Amino acid sequence: MEKFQTLISTAVPLPIEDVDTDQIIPARFLKATTREGFGENLFRDWRFGPDGAPRAEFVLNNPLYSGSILVAGRNFGCGSSREHAAWSITDYGFRVVVSSFFADIFRGNALNNGLLPVQVSDVFLHAIFSEIETNPRASFKADLEAQSFTIVSTGQAEHFDIDPYKRMCLLNGYDDIDFLLSMKDEIAAFEAERSRKAGFVHTL
Amino acid sequence: MSKTLFDKIWDAHVVSQAEGGIDVLYIDRHFIHEVTSPQAFDGLRQRSIPVFRPGQTVATADHNVPTRNQHLPISEALSRFQVQKLSENCAEFGLELYGLGHPYQGIVHVIGPELGITRPGMTIVCGDSHTSTHGAFGCIAFGIGTSQVEQVLATQCLLQKKPKRMRITVDGELQPGVLSKDIILYIISKLTASGGTGHFVEYAGSAIRALSMEARMTICNMSIEMGARGGLIAPDETAFAYIRGREFAPQGEAFDKAVEYWRSLYSDEGALFDTEYHFRAEDIEPMVTYGTNPGMGIGISQAIPLAPESGSAQTFEKSLAYMGLRPGEHLAGKTVNYVFIGSCTNSRIEDLRIVAGYVRGRKKADNVHAMIVPGSRQVAAQAKAEGLDAIFREAGFDFREPGCSACLGMNEDKIPQGEYCVSTSNRNFEGRQGPGARTILASPLMAAATAIAGRIVDVRESLNGPINN
Repeated sequence: MEKFQTLISTAVPLPIEDVDTDQIIPARFLKATTREGFGENLFRDWRFGPDGAPRAEFVLNNPLYSGSILVAGRNFGCGSSREHAAWSITDYGFRVVVSSFFADIFRGNALNNGLLPVQVSDVFLHAIFSEIETNPRASFKADLEAQSFTIVSTGQAEHFDIDPYKRMCLLNGYDDIDFLLSMKDEIAAFEAERSRKAGFVHTL
Repeated sequence: MSKTLFDKIWDAHVVSQAEGGIDVLYIDRHFIHEVTSPQAFDGLRQRSIPVFRPGQTVATADHNVPTRNQHLPISEALSRFQVQKLSENCAEFGLELYGLGHPYQGIVHVIGPELGITRPGMTIVCGDSHTSTHGAFGCIAFGIGTSQVEQVLATQCLLQKKPKRMRITVDGELQPGVLSKDIILYIISKLTASGGTGHFVEYAGSAIRALSMEARMTICNMSIEMGARGGLIAPDETAFAYIRGREFAPQGEAFDKAVEYWRSLYSDEGALFDTEYHFRAEDIEPMVTYGTNPGMGIGISQAIPLAPESGSAQTFEKSLAYMGLRPGEHLAGKTVNYVFIGSCTNSRIEDLRIVAGYVRGRKKADNVHAMIVPGSRQVAAQAKAEGLDAIFREAGFDFREPGCSACLGMNEDKIPQGEYCVSTSNRNFEGRQGPGARTILASPLMAAATAIAGRIVDVRESLNGPINN
């Protein structure tokens, strides 16, 4: 996994609530068997019309906005567990998603792919949207070490929470699987002990 | 100390605790399907590691399979390749596969319970958010991403932070014509699409106790639609009777011994929940959704709210514009040309019996295309043995072969742009059933009644007997 430490970037605003993973990447694009290339279909049906022509009104098609930070309304990433949602966001080029609330599975998938979910208060989210509206080239700083998100022009900042373990993984680029693989002896011992106590739970 | 059902099962599966209060959680059962597993197998190959416990993973093909002519090669190239890839991966890593044509093939959340693979007290995961379905048996079951599928294949464990506990109690008796689907749509409409986030939900109360296993699965299935990681119900005689005699269930003495343990799986008196809700079954009427998330639901006698009860006006307006509906409008009377009965929410044999009971001797309206997609080959076989397929055909319904089908439109089963579909599935997201499709979630009875009338109706006005589940 790619490390994440600090990022300063402009941001793309998507002030819509309850953005579900079917919008992030529609099911018909889940037929690939690799992790690459999902970015071109990120927000496919909001971004392109049925004829494949870009919808000018959608923010990703507006040349005013760019950057590695996506800022979205509350309950971002609800619905399907598809990790393809996180893959499509990172493949497109985002490294940070800011919202005032994240769905659980999406948050986990993001963290497993080096994509930082920054959960801020509703008030601060509103301030971020206002800043981008005033100046689409406004910069923001996501600092994982300090667990802070800053509106650079005003210096206004907010602390964000993240599991200490996931923070350590992201800062160093560690995957969960490396940790779990190092635990195999303990896992086998757990199985042996449990099967001695209640074998029926195990058997298929 | 008093413990919740959830804590009893979770604590029994903690191998150890990692830094920052994250648990190494042991997973008893892992289901995989063609869409969310290929990249996980690639990960194993890159690391040159085997599947740690191949006997604890079961695979099936369900998400993108056609629902007609399953004996023929899949015509759509990408779907065919993905299903083929699953077969190759299962062969290479030594996993059991109930692929197309296998008598056990079906929607992953339908086949686990019907084969007796899903049992009380287990931890169960799958790369699919509706894994919560299995919680109906008193298990901790939840959806995971593909990186986690790889972790479970490699180590049979996941790193998980323990969620909070919520209890939702529904007491009382349901009105005739109100099904478990209405209970869960009602609950989600009260809690919103994010009201359960961070929690694992236990459903309790006399109205839940009275439900069949199929009906309980419908409720647990949609836990994710209010953001919860999963939902579960304490196992009881109804659950034990359902499991007894199934293909992979313990048999004879082993079954009795298992039941003895399963009887210990309930929330102790005085066990503490982080959040509690209480609802009355009598307050629930047949439900329909009007918006683009499952929290946007109303009783059939009610009008679409004039303003959002939670959330922003902008999102509410965008949602109604997509649906072609207006604030204050009633859904009853609305012409609907598509009806879909199926999905991991409502495609089990009991759902099909309920639909057959309603449509027997009736004919679908001319304007409607009504599709019924059974949850598994076993469900399809049972329906045929009971003559339900003949009832569906006579009523003009299109009875298909098993798969996820028009719930998410990964195969050919899509609802056309701009059309309304009354659907027994679980998500009314924009484009979920096909680009531009407008989904109205409802119970199998409401879907059947819509198909017969050609418009949305209150099924309670045309019941031919007291139907409940």
